[in-house]
Amino acid sequence: MADLSVQRGHYRRGPGAYALRLVVVAYLFLLVAWPLYLVGRNAFANGFDDLAAILTDPDAVHALNLTAQVALASVTINTVFGVGISLLVVRYRFPGKGVLNALLDLPLSVSPIVVGLALVLVYNGRTGWFGPALESIGLQVIFSGPGIVMATAFVALPLVIREVVPVLQEIGDEQEQAARSLGASAGQTFFRITLPAIKWGVIYGVVLCLARSLGEFGAVKVVSGNVLGSTRTATLMVEEKYLNFDRGGAYATAFLLALIAVAVIVSVTLIRPKDHR
Amino acid sequence: MSVATTAGPRPETDAGPRHAASDSGVGYPLTRASGLGLGLAMLWFSLLVLIPLTAVMVTASEAGWSGFWGTITNEQTAAAIRLTVGTALLVTLVNVVMGTAIAWVLVRDRFVGQRVLEILIDIPFALPTIVAGLVLLSLYGPKSPLGINVANTRPAVFLAFLFVTLPFVVRTVQPVLAELDREAEEAAASLGASRFTVFRRIVLPSITPAIAAGAALSFARGVSEYGSLVLLSGNLPHKTEVTSVRILSSIENDNLEGAAAVATILLVISLIVIVTVDILQRRLVRRG
Repeated sequence: MADLSVQRGHYRRGPGAYALRLVVVAYLFLLVAWPLYLVGRNAFANGFDDLAAILTDPDAVHALNLTAQVALASVTINTVFGVGISLLVVRYRFPGKGVLNALLDLPLSVSPIVVGLALVLVYNGRTGWFGPALESIGLQVIFSGPGIVMATAFVALPLVIREVVPVLQEIGDEQEQAARSLGASAGQTFFRITLPAIKWGVIYGVVLCLARSLGEFGAVKVVSGNVLGSTRTATLMVEEKYLNFDRGGAYATAFLLALIAVAVIVSVTLIRPKDHR
Repeated sequence: MSVATTAGPRPETDAGPRHAASDSGVGYPLTRASGLGLGLAMLWFSLLVLIPLTAVMVTASEAGWSGFWGTITNEQTAAAIRLTVGTALLVTLVNVVMGTAIAWVLVRDRFVGQRVLEILIDIPFALPTIVAGLVLLSLYGPKSPLGINVANTRPAVFLAFLFVTLPFVVRTVQPVLAELDREAEEAAASLGASRFTVFRRIVLPSITPAIAAGAALSFARGVSEYGSLVLLSGNLPHKTEVTSVRILSSIENDNLEGAAAVATILLVISLIVIVTVDILQRRLVRRG
């Protein structure tokens, strides 16, 4: 975020500063801005035809729907889990807290393919650790909805926590204690004091989690089985269309997904208070 | 809502520490309800993350040390691991330089359109990786308006890693740089130190832990990348095939043991990175 505090320290810019600015702008233009613009242009190479084709193809609509549902489930799970575990880690002490803290970041640096493999090893119906038992009670995880949700929830797990923990630490617990001492229940304290105070942290976390969930590809590819009209998500559809030489369809779907990603980032940048970050 | 909030009222005379917990070992002792919440959270975390990741390592160990070693030293697999780690190291090096430069420009420079740069930095993080591959392909693929076609070559792997790891160094260095006290720099400058000397002797030592943490995250992200390569690198064995792709082909051939062995390498790298970042962040907190 362009920090306001910077304006205080006005200083003379040398030619070096302009050169550096130029290098940075050129780098970002070539790496991000221009390629992103080209995807938009390719998506509309045939006017609105490709986009219309996607939005009227039942299989494509199913894929987009599935992606939306999976993302919603993943965001809900990660928000409840994330806010809960953040409160526990910040406000309470228990053995193993340091280790847990470090492990909570692990999903961000595990390869999506490894995530998929890990879930397959435990939940596949044939040789998995828990899979056969779960299937005997009628719950199929791998190649089915629950597996896709778990893969997505796994990769997006740390995002809410990372946003909420620093805010919780910053606000301290004096107001919570005051509310408690005045007789508020734990629920009242949470909803009236804690939640309003961490509201922005939660919102950023949810928004980032949503973007990550809508876009998950590798882990979902491993666990979903990629069945057309059943377990094929939007990102899997992009790959499938591109490899089958439906370039227009691939670019149109990619454009939709990119549009959401950009909207997410722009909204986070705009709503984030100036003093944050 | 959160299970942790059902904690019963705590007696005010609780012997717990008065200050908000920010360190491990600080905080209130668990109540019955918060203990239950912790139990439920740990159950979910175990079912989703810990047990599956353990299963990867256990499966890899089932073939014994010689089986494990045989799998990861298989010529094609070893080539994939070398390419992945080598490219990720190279990309991390670029990110250390460019990420610090970008953070510097965002914090210390002011110009119209700076917010657009802020947005551009975060886009690789939010963009689905398969779309990222397509995005790069449109400028650096067969129909490149620049006439640069890297599709199905090693530079494609480098480019994809560079794109997806862009935010890490920038976003770890930026806040540290923003909070840096300018007085020491001004003092040094007034005593005749050149801009470069000020940067090297005053700024750089303060932001080094942040750069290192960002570098570690960027390395981990690069090593584990998959989605952006699918359409861009062609996944040619011995040439552009990365470790993740190697694991996926083992899975698709129903060779879960082999997949687990290679995956263990990536997991160990992730764990090392997590520990490194944890240590560096503690150092950052202590300095701040």
